[in-house]
Amino acid sequence: MRRALILCAVLICSLLGGLSAHAVQPDEVLQDPALEHRARELSAELRCMVCQNQSIDESDADLARDLRVLVRERLVAGDSDTQVLDYVVSRYGEFVLLKPRLSLRNAFLWGAPLVLLLLGGGFMAYAIRTKRRDEVPALTKDESKALETILRRDD
Amino acid sequence: MVETGHFALILAFSLALVQSVVPLFGARTGNERLMAVGGPVTVTGFALTALAFAALTMAYVQSDFSVLNVWENSHSLKPMLFKITGTWGNHEGSMLLWVLILTFFGALVAVFGGNLPATLRANVLAVQGWIGAAFLLFILTTSNPFTRLAPAPIEGRDLNPILQDIGLAVHPPLLYLGYVGFSVCFSFAVAALIEGRIDAAWARWVRPWTLAAWVFLTGGIAMGSYWAYYELGWGGFWFWDPVENASFMPWLAGTALLHSAIVMEKRSALKIWTLLLAILTFSFSLLGTFLVRSGVLTSVHAFATDPSRGVFILGILMLFIGGSLALFALRAGNLAAGGIFQPISREGALVLNNLFLTTAAATVLIGTLYPLVIEALSGDKISVGAPFFNLTFGSLMVPLLALVPFGPLLAWKRGDIHAAAQRLMAAFAVALLAVLSTLLFIDGATVLAALGIGLGVWMILGALTDIVLKSGLGAASGKVMLSRLRGLPRSVYGTALAHMGLGLSVLGIVGVVSFETENILTMRPGQTVELSGHTLRFDGLHPVQGPNFTEDQGRFELLDDDQKVIAEIVSSKRFYPARQMPTTEAGIKTMGLSQLYVSLGDETADGGVVVRLWWKPLVILIWFGGLVMMAAGAISLSDRRLRVGAPSRRAKPLAGKVSQSQS
Repeated sequence: MRRALILCAVLICSLLGGLSAHAVQPDEVLQDPALEHRARELSAELRCMVCQNQSIDESDADLARDLRVLVRERLVAGDSDTQVLDYVVSRYGEFVLLKPRLSLRNAFLWGAPLVLLLLGGGFMAYAIRTKRRDEVPALTKDESKALETILRRDD
Repeated sequence: MVETGHFALILAFSLALVQSVVPLFGARTGNERLMAVGGPVTVTGFALTALAFAALTMAYVQSDFSVLNVWENSHSLKPMLFKITGTWGNHEGSMLLWVLILTFFGALVAVFGGNLPATLRANVLAVQGWIGAAFLLFILTTSNPFTRLAPAPIEGRDLNPILQDIGLAVHPPLLYLGYVGFSVCFSFAVAALIEGRIDAAWARWVRPWTLAAWVFLTGGIAMGSYWAYYELGWGGFWFWDPVENASFMPWLAGTALLHSAIVMEKRSALKIWTLLLAILTFSFSLLGTFLVRSGVLTSVHAFATDPSRGVFILGILMLFIGGSLALFALRAGNLAAGGIFQPISREGALVLNNLFLTTAAATVLIGTLYPLVIEALSGDKISVGAPFFNLTFGSLMVPLLALVPFGPLLAWKRGDIHAAAQRLMAAFAVALLAVLSTLLFIDGATVLAALGIGLGVWMILGALTDIVLKSGLGAASGKVMLSRLRGLPRSVYGTALAHMGLGLSVLGIVGVVSFETENILTMRPGQTVELSGHTLRFDGLHPVQGPNFTEDQGRFELLDDDQKVIAEIVSSKRFYPARQMPTTEAGIKTMGLSQLYVSLGDETADGGVVVRLWWKPLVILIWFGGLVMMAAGAISLSDRRLRVGAPSRRAKPLAGKVSQSQS
């Protein structure tokens, strides 16, 4: 929400919440750097449920902290990345994922870029082709000879 | 003064109605006197809107809390700069700025459009008048900044502290100059559709307007990004926030428009497509305004609870987008299509650019609106955030960016891709070298990061190759080269510089995304910490009293190898009593192209304070690239043929002629 404010400096002034700016706290950080790295990557994909478009990695809300701790607990317990995400989704619903899953409902979302690119490319190739076919055909040998004589006559 | 402003605004609305109807009628009936009404009415409308804006600014400067808007957003102790910028730091004032800029652009067309065909000029001004009238009515009926408050409170509620920053002085005006600048292109497009033909004057006029709007929008976005970076306290530079996307979509469409306008101007091809893009670009601006103002982004339900403003803008949106697209569908078929070209040609390259940019804009649009649509249809809530956009937008951009250097090297009509590739060999070799040395010499570099660095280098050198080749390096003497360089049209330099700027931004983004380091820790006074080879000593927290806030300044000393202090970094936490709001002010030390970023967190019970440190390599390049792109646009805008804009150019220096035909 803070960022929305800044970026469109204009409107959201009234919606503002509190602003102590810290996401991950020192006491949350895991000892194992590899696990911590995975925790950070996962956190960036999970939405802070009470914020507007912030991941739990960026948010300072209490709920975001709870989720960060939860993710780390699961990782320490030996879950894979997918298992952690599945677990969080089972508790909070798909709303928590910042990258929606590939499902029938989200097919349009995921498919649109590729489909548009292919359709657009196809249309453009077609347009260029038909245009070239309309191009005036080149002169035949006889015609160019005739043209040359006419041009010479002018001199 | 306040009532004068209000009255001026109502007058401006009435004039906008005249501007909407009279010149249009004149153009249809061939009545020159009616057409001539457009100019003076437009200029007067601008003057009146400026008067209204000045009146509101005055109320802010004088802290006149009998004005509701001033009371809600200002404070008598606020520094003067923020009193002035506070004028547009709220919904009502910013809408007034929006309309001020709109009428300003209309006035520019009126003043400098003397060499336009009279009917085209009249129609363009009329369309500008429609937009102006719609938004003036919106302000007057739903968002009046001049509403009085009685009795007047003794003190104001202050401007949101986050907005009390120099960024507010720069970012919104630039952004609006860009957003609204595209309205001129839109008006030209709709005017052409009304007339049913696209003449040469149309083609010549659209490109400079697009370029000017694009320069401002680029600046506005870059500035907003830097503002968010230093103000939010955790050093992110782009968040794929819907509000950001609202400004990014017009930029993508506008960039596509910029490129297709080149084809139209030089080769009179892609006319219909350019016209459609002009409509789409401004439609994206309007859509952005709707998304941001209506509250629909928070939730569909928030929109439904207070719909008056949202519904009004939605009405404007549907009227203008729907109307212009319907007009397009009706008339586009009658417009003459343009020149013929091979797929491998400069035109073909620009078409490919348009394909990728418009697909990217559509992707951002769909991603931004999808959660709203799903919620409205099924009630389910889903989120579409940064990870989605990074993946889809990134996959679309990488091939486009990699192909950029080829474009300017291809000839018009029929290009030779092999020749272009050969000419780019040197640039490619150096880029490859950059990839390899990144992998070899930088710790923890992934293949992806190295390729990203290579991509940036490739774009910069590729752009440079174009200029070097045009100078005739190797084949010509130094003197000839210099004179050729001097003879190159400025638009050629503009192109090369803009592509270089893009390459610089790519380098910056890859640098900071891939090689950033971070440390989160609790520090006590006197303690030192090391991050990526830089040693920082924490000096402690010092309370300081500001004009309308109190702050705790955390002072850090940057030490060299001999423990000598080489710089001081101050990072602070502020508290604004009027709004009871805390903010953080990051401490930033720039070293070369990189920055050390220090942000303070909460104090701990045992006398320490949570500190977050980042080393952000090459981060400066992200925004420097944006500045370079702006400069490139300005240089291109100063090109002779845009400045002159006259249909007949008789005397032309030979060098200019040669290079013009090359470009």
